[in-house]
Amino acid sequence: MKKLFERPKALLDKPFHFCPGCSHGKIYHLIAEVMDELDIVNQTIGVACVGCGELAFEYFNCDFIQVAHGRAPAAATGVKRALKDRTVFTYQGDGDLAAIGTAEIVHAAARGENITTFFVNNSTFGMTGGQMAPTSLLSQKTTTTPYGRNAESNGFPIHVPEMLAALSGATYLARGSVHDYKSIIDTKQYIKKAFINQLDEGGFSLVEILSLCPTNWGCTPIEAIKRVENKMIPYYPLGEIKNEM
Amino acid sequence: MTDKLLMKGNEAVAEAAVRAGCRFFYGYPITPQSEIPEYMAKRMPQVEGTFLQAESEVAAINMIYGAAATGERAMTSSSSPGISLMQEGISYLAASELPCLIVNIVRGTPGLGGIGPAQADYFQATKGGGHGDYKTIVLAPGSVQEMADHVALAFDLAFKYRNPALILGDGILGQMMEPVTFPKLCDKVPAPEWAVRGKSCGEKKVIHSCYLANDDVENLVHHLFAKYDAIEKNEKRWEAYQLEDAEYVITAFGTTARIVKTAIERLRQEGIKVGLIRPITLWPFPEEPFVTMRSKVKSFLCVEMSMGQMVEDVERVVGIEVPVHFYGRTGGNVPEIDKIVEKVKQMIK
Repeated sequence: MKKLFERPKALLDKPFHFCPGCSHGKIYHLIAEVMDELDIVNQTIGVACVGCGELAFEYFNCDFIQVAHGRAPAAATGVKRALKDRTVFTYQGDGDLAAIGTAEIVHAAARGENITTFFVNNSTFGMTGGQMAPTSLLSQKTTTTPYGRNAESNGFPIHVPEMLAALSGATYLARGSVHDYKSIIDTKQYIKKAFINQLDEGGFSLVEILSLCPTNWGCTPIEAIKRVENKMIPYYPLGEIKNEM
Repeated sequence: MTDKLLMKGNEAVAEAAVRAGCRFFYGYPITPQSEIPEYMAKRMPQVEGTFLQAESEVAAINMIYGAAATGERAMTSSSSPGISLMQEGISYLAASELPCLIVNIVRGTPGLGGIGPAQADYFQATKGGGHGDYKTIVLAPGSVQEMADHVALAFDLAFKYRNPALILGDGILGQMMEPVTFPKLCDKVPAPEWAVRGKSCGEKKVIHSCYLANDDVENLVHHLFAKYDAIEKNEKRWEAYQLEDAEYVITAFGTTARIVKTAIERLRQEGIKVGLIRPITLWPFPEEPFVTMRSKVKSFLCVEMSMGQMVEDVERVVGIEVPVHFYGRTGGNVPEIDKIVEKVKQMIK
């Protein structure tokens, strides 16, 4: 019998620890498939910070370092400048990248640091129990916005790739999702381009990926898919935001 | 470039680092240490090294984390407020057992303070500084020559024990010029086996400090402390100066020890037998000379450019039977020779 599909070699054969309906496993899978296709597993170094996605180092079959909350783009800079011929990516959540790590991501992009960032936006702090993230939507209820996020006191959700698009050093910026088949196929292409841009020494690449967090959204995985379609995508439109490859 | 030069302490640190095989410098400007990044900006391209001015000290120390994880000799430098910003990263470096060099050219604080010389970061440097159970190796040079020599020593110790090493200087050591002799330029040091450099270099490697089980964190800390025990056993360094016949012992480190030596000269001219213990490693703290001298002398005097921080370590070792006196200036001011002489004479009364 012909094998049609198998676990990517870039992922270890280990069950994920994630909650039901969580997207991190799917996103790991897509990144790993691309690493296999580009044959870069043995030359790749991942950088994880703090949040649900940080245990990436347990699952990917490549070298990894884990650093302080929000600091992955700085640490990745240190790795990449030392090992220019290696492929370096950061895996960061929305609290990590868009709150505490804003300075590091903006300046890595401004320098045109030749690294790739995967930015997982589930509009909440997952690991700490569902607090407001910089990407939480207006009126979204979280444990720290129990009456719903309002612009008067919490400001507005941040469009990260659109913000970074103003920087000359950022040359590939895209936003994908993993809530349905089409979005998964598109997102995989964005991930691939983001890696290829680095292999071509094209500068800084970032792919934002809208992600489901049914546990902290207080809904079923099916309802979470609907929320991505009806609430998140209208505010965070999918597609390539900047492509100077 | 010749091997003997007249240089500022800050420049000597930078040149010594290059000669010790350091090829990665990440930092952020702050007085009174900006000559270090400025020198590196010029020097690193000459040796195919990397100089990068980071967006903050927070970013700089994490760039060091990344470079150190690849097994390379990497360093940063800053001054007190900037070193405070690096403490998160230093805790992570210690937990992940990553070697690197951090140079603190201390200025008079708390808060923003001023740019005058100080030693008030002693607690921060020797007692941890950031969160958690960890230690960093701390060297205290007393001359421009030692500023240079301690750089190579700090890298060697950092890599021997896989631990961050600090050089605690001050604004005077950083700014003053003295002749300094350098060793020959050292080639890039090969990366150690534990380095994360991609699987093409061997098995999958991970460097992290994230443990979900309490026991795993405790095991890590026990492992670190076994290493710290070895450092305490093997690496204590100090200078003993005119201790043979001393009835009074002054203790001071760095710039302050130089001032104390002049005071000792003057006191000895008056027939007062005074010696100096100059700790060179601030952590591990050199207990031995204090243990030896505590049964021989009438009292100790600790002189510092702070309100008295090392004095707590001296008291810890000397105990309650022999008095430990203190004289210090702070905020960027320097202890005066006359005042040290006067203080010793008061102790005699």
